[in-house]
Amino acid sequence: MPFSAGKYDVIVIGAGHAGIEAALAAARLGCKTLCLTVSMEAVALMPCNPAIGGPGKSHLVREVDALGGQMAISADRTCIQIRMLNTGKGPAVRALRCQSDKKLYQAEMLKILQHQKNLHLKQALVEEIIFKGCRVEGVMTQTGAIYWAPVVILASGTYLGGRVIIGDVNYSSGPSGFFPANKLPQQLKAHGIKMVRFKTGTPARVDKNTVDFSAMIEQKGDDEELYFSFMSENLKRPNVSCWLTYTNEKTHKIIRDNLHRSPLFSGVIKGVGPRYCPSIEDKVVRFADKESHQVFLEPEGLGTTEMYVQGMSTSLPEDVQLEMLRSIKGLERVEIVRPGYAIEYDCLVPTQLYPTLEHKEIEGFFSAGQVNGTSGYEEAAAQGIVAGINGARKVLGEEPVTFMRSEAYIGVLIDDLVTKGTNEPYRILTSRAEYRLLLRQDNADLRLTEKGRKIGLVSDERYEKFLKRKKMIEEELERLRNYRVKPSNKKVQELLIRKGSAPIKNSITFAELLKRPELDYRDIEELLPDERAVPKDVLEQVWIELKYEGYIKKQLVQVEKFKKMEDRKIPENISYKEIKGLRTEAVQKLEEIKPKTLGQASRISGVSPADISVIMIYLEQKRRSDKKGVPNGGKEA
Amino acid sequence: MEFDTIAAISTPLGEGGIGIVRISGPDAVKIAKKIFKPKGRESIGEVKSHTLTLGYVVCPNTGEVIDEVLLSVMKSPRSYTREDVVEINCHGGMMPLKRTLEAVLDAGARLAEPGEFTKRAFLNGRIDLAQAEAVIDIIRAKTDESLKVAVGNLEGSLSKEIKKFMDGITDILARIEANIDFPEEDPEAFITKNELEEMILKMMKEIEGFLQEAGKGKILREGLKAVIAGKPNVGKSSLLNALLKEKRAIVTEIPGTTRDIIEEMLNIGGIPVRIIDTAGIRKSRDKVERIGVRRSEKSIEEADLVLLVLDATTGIEREDEIIIEKVKNKECIVLINKIDITGKVNIPYYEKITGKECIAISAKKGIGLREVEGKIRERVFEGKINTTRPLITRVRHEQALKKALKSLGEGLAACRDNLPLDVVAIDIREAWEALGEITGDKVDEEILNRIFEEFCIGK
Repeated sequence: MPFSAGKYDVIVIGAGHAGIEAALAAARLGCKTLCLTVSMEAVALMPCNPAIGGPGKSHLVREVDALGGQMAISADRTCIQIRMLNTGKGPAVRALRCQSDKKLYQAEMLKILQHQKNLHLKQALVEEIIFKGCRVEGVMTQTGAIYWAPVVILASGTYLGGRVIIGDVNYSSGPSGFFPANKLPQQLKAHGIKMVRFKTGTPARVDKNTVDFSAMIEQKGDDEELYFSFMSENLKRPNVSCWLTYTNEKTHKIIRDNLHRSPLFSGVIKGVGPRYCPSIEDKVVRFADKESHQVFLEPEGLGTTEMYVQGMSTSLPEDVQLEMLRSIKGLERVEIVRPGYAIEYDCLVPTQLYPTLEHKEIEGFFSAGQVNGTSGYEEAAAQGIVAGINGARKVLGEEPVTFMRSEAYIGVLIDDLVTKGTNEPYRILTSRAEYRLLLRQDNADLRLTEKGRKIGLVSDERYEKFLKRKKMIEEELERLRNYRVKPSNKKVQELLIRKGSAPIKNSITFAELLKRPELDYRDIEELLPDERAVPKDVLEQVWIELKYEGYIKKQLVQVEKFKKMEDRKIPENISYKEIKGLRTEAVQKLEEIKPKTLGQASRISGVSPADISVIMIYLEQKRRSDKKGVPNGGKEA
Repeated sequence: MEFDTIAAISTPLGEGGIGIVRISGPDAVKIAKKIFKPKGRESIGEVKSHTLTLGYVVCPNTGEVIDEVLLSVMKSPRSYTREDVVEINCHGGMMPLKRTLEAVLDAGARLAEPGEFTKRAFLNGRIDLAQAEAVIDIIRAKTDESLKVAVGNLEGSLSKEIKKFMDGITDILARIEANIDFPEEDPEAFITKNELEEMILKMMKEIEGFLQEAGKGKILREGLKAVIAGKPNVGKSSLLNALLKEKRAIVTEIPGTTRDIIEEMLNIGGIPVRIIDTAGIRKSRDKVERIGVRRSEKSIEEADLVLLVLDATTGIEREDEIIIEKVKNKECIVLINKIDITGKVNIPYYEKITGKECIAISAKKGIGLREVEGKIRERVFEGKINTTRPLITRVRHEQALKKALKSLGEGLAACRDNLPLDVVAIDIREAWEALGEITGDKVDEEILNRIFEEFCIGK
């Protein structure tokens, strides 16, 4: 018997990386929030890599942090190795990546959720979302409990219609052996919500005690104190190594000989998998001339001997998995703890969503994370906080908040999803951000803390820290731009000659001096007339700002151009069918995507620049006739 | 100010080769000043609005005089677009017109999109509301027209080259981006610094070489595209030869394969005309001939003007009817050939059947050829045939290539200054996008597709 179990402002389905940020944001903004998880053991589960970050991903983590989210802080506290990637490739693409202790991460997040004011965390399998007309009203669980709320955020990851496939074995399941949600996707489809089937995969986990590390290459973390969060400091953390080895011809032969048993090639797997994350069998088939592939062994945590075998994602039968692993150097006597598997799942077609992540046809119904067709913990968290913020604002009667492509990777991610859609699990990449040099991970706080403060998620402590840092950056920039150095300064001329840089002929500022490619901050530091203890992170900002000034300006000009179109709002009640001169294909696409701005409209595939011009004329025509109070197309004079 | 400054040739080429280059936008006067040398003493900055000034257009790079022109300044808001507008009346024919436009673009204007002047006029309140739909029609029609040219050009050497360059730049970008976004892979496998420099340099050399060739007119020839069509043995080649005898060919024959299309350049009343002789159109079982027929049909589709040749000795046959149907919607003049054999022909009868203007000629004896030339000229000056369109297409392509070249150069400089990959990528991406504007492609997907095609990536 169904029973009424309580009323909430916001209900979040799922307590993974999206669900957590959504629930925390809503609760922290003062909404009475319920978060439902399929199992208390599944909270903050990392069913794939024991790692957070990487290019684009670490940018997202820091942006979520700047807005007042949780992922960065918890990652910092449970990190067992951290590295800065891409250090030689430029400031825009430098990226943090950490190895996490999975169990600790889960425990940390559980603690945060359970101690959050306004938030109830409960274990329940949601079987139905209650819709009334084009509004959401609540959810019903497997045991008949009905919870009511005007806002429901679906963050169910890969659980919808989940099916695990290992060789010729396949069964209905969520990730890591948790229950799947089989009724919910059926109900959503019946309600007219468009779904697609995607696939992803994970490699086997092996027992550390059966690995010969002496035959592998050690990959240490950085010794430097590095953090995701702008708030973290002075944390004592271990530095556990990862290990690199390679596949060989023998491995590839085993795979080739067993392809007939691969569900990927036999057609059992129908879902679309991500191109950036191919299984080892895919790699061996598609890149047949490559003699070996990298394999990384990553620790799953301090309290377990399980290790993640990165590079060997597979859905081959378990016996083949063991045979191919044992062909690899250092893994000759390896034992599998859990086999690798592929998982197929249902997800929503994300073009059904507004940039707030609310469903266009159903008021109050939001979705976030892997269920929107993305992959990755970081992508999920980023959507989670946006859905949480907007869900709460809906309840509180406040204007929605969205992010532009020019201000955050969060904006790039969500705009890509809702404007272009995706035909494979979507992963963020720095190459997707056209204003990459402006959207750096090191300035995420400068870009977003003010916005987070206005939203209400940035604490006083965080805000003060931010203001202090901002002030120091400005002061240091000013100092370098004001102090000048003259040709008569011997120290400077000596330095320049030593560094192979042309001596100065006229008096120039330190800022100009620093722009020279041959010079580093450290070189000029002691030449400055006054001594100041400037923190490293501040120096980094100043250095980037000066060193790349020309290119930063170039990108700012691009952003200006972009913003012009982004500022041109399209009214919600526009009827594209009525606009004479739009091509049929454009009309269909525009009706489907319902862009909020001309800029967004211009990014829809199938909408040409001429179509945009036509809409511009139409909007101007409408504006003028509305002003005159005459019907459409009426004479002006 | 909301808009940037745009320029284009705003009129079809007029009688005697007069045409107007129009500049509109906040920098219109500033840009005009850079390329204009007045005959009198006053600089155009001081010239009163709505007056004409005589002077020269001078190449901003070389200082060479391009054309003697009349320049008019119309200050905002009393202009067509309600922005500052400068119009340059050129009268030295097609090439000076094109070079004047190029000078304006080099001086900082952007080539206008199809219908953009009208669009601005409307958005700035110059055109009243009742005409909004007409404005939309203009934009639509002009865009479709230029799209047709772009598509028509797709198999031409120009677009093929552009595609090739884009492909090369995509390759560079894919390597940079794979290197950046997949740091766990071996970066050397994607690109080393030396390779990057080499690849950019190679790309620049190719584009530079192409632009130089294009400048000499060896690869690209523009002009009105007139196609001679008709069934086999109706006298198409004789017509071409006869026209050539009358007028000296500007460019020599393009060699082709068997039954290929023969192309010649003529100068008719100052208008360059590419005249194309096609294989005879008829149903055929012969494979080689069928290919020729298909090519002929394609060149008819792309033609600005069709010269349809009929045989006065046979009258209109089934084969002719097929061709008449194909040229139904084309600008077309029908030539009734071989009147040297038949004597008089019944022109009204032919005009009724074909629905087109007909002229009696004899290619062999040279009868009626003057009239043919006169008719072509007439149609151009009446604006029925837009002769500036292919020219604009070419300017657009060249501008894009120049922009790409400039961005690549900046990328190379950044490389040599030891600036990191993410910075170099900004320039290379800009180069790609300059070319992508022509083809309408988006860079992101191209890069990703290339990365996943070429490199084995992933966990």
